[in-house]
Amino acid sequence: MNVGVVVFPGSNCDRDMFHVLSDVFHMTPQYCWHDKPLPENLDAVVLPGGFSYGDRLRAGVIAAHSPIIQDVKKIAEKGIPILGVCNGFQILVESGLLPGVLLKNDSLNFMCEWTNLTVENNKTPFTNKFELNEKIPIPIANGDGRYFVDDETLKELERKNQIVFKYDQVVNGSSNQIAGVCNEDGNVVGMMPHPERAAESEINPHDNKPSSLIFESLLKKIGANN
Amino acid sequence: MSLEPRELEELKLKIGRDPTSTELQIVAAEWSEHCSYKSSKKHLKILPMDGPLVINEKGYDSGVLDVGDGYVVTAHIESHNHPSAVEPYGGAATGVGGVIRDILSAGTRPIALLDGLRFGDIEKDQHAKWLFKNAVKGVADYGNCLGIPTIGGEVEFDECYADYAMVDVAAIGFGKKENLIKNHAKKGDLVVLMGGATGRDGIGGSQFASDSLESENRSAVQIPDPFIEKLIIEAILEARNEKLIHAMKDLGGGGLSCAVSETADALDIGIEMDVDNVHTREPDMHSDEIMVSESQERMLIITDSAKLVKFQDICNKFRIECSVIGHVTLDNKMHVKKDGKTIANISTDVVANATLLDLPSKKPKYLENIEDKKSFPSLSDYSEIMLKLLASPNIASKIWVYGQYDHEVGIRTVVKPGYDASVLRLDNGKFLSIKIDGNPKQCYINPREGAIGCFEEACRNVVCTGAKPIGMLDHLQFGNPKDPEIFWTFLESLKGLTDFAKDFEIPCIGGKVSLYNETPKGSIKPTPVIGVIGLIDKKPLRIQKINSGDCLIMIGNTKDELGGSEYSEYIHKFIGGKCPTVDFSESKKNMNAVLELIETELIKSAHDCSKGGLAVAVSELCMVNLVGCTVPLDDIPGEKLDADKILFSESHSRYLVTFEKKNLQNLEGLLKKHNVSFKTIGEFGGESIQFTANSKPVIDLSVDKAQKTWLNSLKEMVMHA
Repeated sequence: MNVGVVVFPGSNCDRDMFHVLSDVFHMTPQYCWHDKPLPENLDAVVLPGGFSYGDRLRAGVIAAHSPIIQDVKKIAEKGIPILGVCNGFQILVESGLLPGVLLKNDSLNFMCEWTNLTVENNKTPFTNKFELNEKIPIPIANGDGRYFVDDETLKELERKNQIVFKYDQVVNGSSNQIAGVCNEDGNVVGMMPHPERAAESEINPHDNKPSSLIFESLLKKIGANN
Repeated sequence: MSLEPRELEELKLKIGRDPTSTELQIVAAEWSEHCSYKSSKKHLKILPMDGPLVINEKGYDSGVLDVGDGYVVTAHIESHNHPSAVEPYGGAATGVGGVIRDILSAGTRPIALLDGLRFGDIEKDQHAKWLFKNAVKGVADYGNCLGIPTIGGEVEFDECYADYAMVDVAAIGFGKKENLIKNHAKKGDLVVLMGGATGRDGIGGSQFASDSLESENRSAVQIPDPFIEKLIIEAILEARNEKLIHAMKDLGGGGLSCAVSETADALDIGIEMDVDNVHTREPDMHSDEIMVSESQERMLIITDSAKLVKFQDICNKFRIECSVIGHVTLDNKMHVKKDGKTIANISTDVVANATLLDLPSKKPKYLENIEDKKSFPSLSDYSEIMLKLLASPNIASKIWVYGQYDHEVGIRTVVKPGYDASVLRLDNGKFLSIKIDGNPKQCYINPREGAIGCFEEACRNVVCTGAKPIGMLDHLQFGNPKDPEIFWTFLESLKGLTDFAKDFEIPCIGGKVSLYNETPKGSIKPTPVIGVIGLIDKKPLRIQKINSGDCLIMIGNTKDELGGSEYSEYIHKFIGGKCPTVDFSESKKNMNAVLELIETELIKSAHDCSKGGLAVAVSELCMVNLVGCTVPLDDIPGEKLDADKILFSESHSRYLVTFEKKNLQNLEGLLKKHNVSFKTIGEFGGESIQFTANSKPVIDLSVDKAQKTWLNSLKEMVMHA
């Protein structure tokens, strides 16, 4: 199971994601540097968190114009699972692969804390092992994590079942407490919280099983594809 | 930015001629207090620096500890006080950047940060509030962007820091022993400057930091760029893996002048360089400016011509500029050229080794009667005082601060901020526990015992996670050393730390001295900040939730030691009284007992008693777990004392241990075996924090109310009014 971990200048959760994919879930990840073509035969792609290009101009916007994003768009069309976490989510939004924008948190501060998500869509490659409304204790760490869409788009997202995760309470002022969304086909998922920080019991003071299901869902999906 | 007349004469004598203007700039930077430690160096030698785990290599800016299985941990502490007092955001951010590069210089990856922040009274002083808010943001923005978790620290407010800011940052690194850079160089090796362009920021920064703060010299403050620093880290580590680096040093205080002269001096070589080859931010920079600019995010690398192309490839990959600025010679001289002409040519030994001073010291007059005990009016109910303490800026929860720091990135943080000490997991299955502590209130009253207290408190904190202290970082921060009374307090603190380090066999693996911390309003209180690193071979204490019915044991004696306590100073506005002292043998016994209790896995948590005394320590357990507790003061180990002394005295070597009732006998048996002073002092349950004397409540506070006050107070202070 070959998973590409895309690395931009300033990515800083790439090594954490790599560790979880390989050492915890026994997949075969490989780092993909932003100015090289995406390798062939990838089963999935992850865009990890960090501060690509130091968040200059706007979080994710410069990375969204990297050569590798053209390749990511191509394989997204083929239905290959793509997950963007935190800055990865911001990049997916800026590149147009996902709807909406990510704005400054309503506290105007960087926020690092544990939150609770509920699963709103269990049909994606990253949520197929969840029950609907299942809870996930998981940390966030961002300054621009407030997901925003206008009311019309919000209705559209609801109608097309594109809301994947919601916070179970108001965390940063995001539209409808949205924490993660997917594209219409459901194969491209973006989320602000960090599943790679919650999938091991040693570093998760609550319960690591729910976050593990995000990775196990991917395993199930890839297993079914192959 | 100049040498004192005496120093100029000395320089002339040493080089046998008048120095050139560039030489003068270089020497003035390097002989500044900040770079040369000229006032303190003679005395620092008394600290024990060797130990079974300590690895000493030439030219390191950080301490190195062997943590087994082929791995090492590096650690260092720095401050950025003057710059932060002028421009708190940039000052604090570049303080983070500087100490990270010290870790990187050894060839290790930075894996954690801790910050100690001190400001004036934020309740009254709007300027202090502004400094605090922006310094926190500076630390957050820099560390978060790099993906290095800020896992702990401390925040304190005291009027002695009015119009000033203390920003201390400690950094921890981790790596394989075989990857440590063994600094070496041979004739003809190339000297490369990589990273950000040299600009006009931070000009004369080290001299600025070596005088009292009287004007806002903004051009002496450096400008932070964490994105470049992140690229440098990744590029350096890649070059390290490819074995392309012979020697390495970061550019900090004194800029190129210090980095070049200190590297040459440490490696016993000479360096010839050309300022025209330095990549600069502005085209018209004077050569002297280039030599002393303290622009951030720059590293000096020594490599050879065979490895240079590969090194440049790596820099290109990360789009970092690098310039070959010179080469290694064998004449032990720092030879600087411009347009092919020599503008400085001076022995590195002269530059890098300022004449050390032996400053006079004298016991300060204010200390004569300061420790006279004072009793405060006794009350029948201390609930209101208790609530006031929980809301006070020094005791209130610091969640507003650490909630802005990414403390999870790197996925090593096993115990998160908000507990006694944070714990990181290492790749060899062991765990590292780290804490920094300072206590200027106690250090002012008794510089020696206060400093020892900081050291012991940091030890207690790491012990509470199950870690054995293996190394110490000291950061000694004082006022003007030329004032004999201030210098005396420096020497006393240093001697105290040395005695404790020797007795407990905890080597000092790194440190820093910061002097001239004063404004026209006066000097700061003595502010040594001590970092302690502990190692856990097996498992850290996994803190469990305390429930109704669980029990509380207190280890260690409570003494009549209200001097420097928050109760004396915050509630009664009284500076003085008996400073807490550490009984070394009791301290050691208690530490060993707590470590063994943790090993049994029969306890739920261990917590040390410090700021605010027993009353605050018990309240913290209740507030974090949202459960009440009743503690009869008649049961507290130690001599019989008035209620306020038992509640609020900040005596050292005390621990609170919680556990399920069924383990009571086992635990008591174990503690008896250790022959420590202890007692089971309470049981959890109910919804209020209660302390009783003669069965009558002296404190009765709803946990819910206490928790809300404690959690929100600091944020409200910063955001409102």
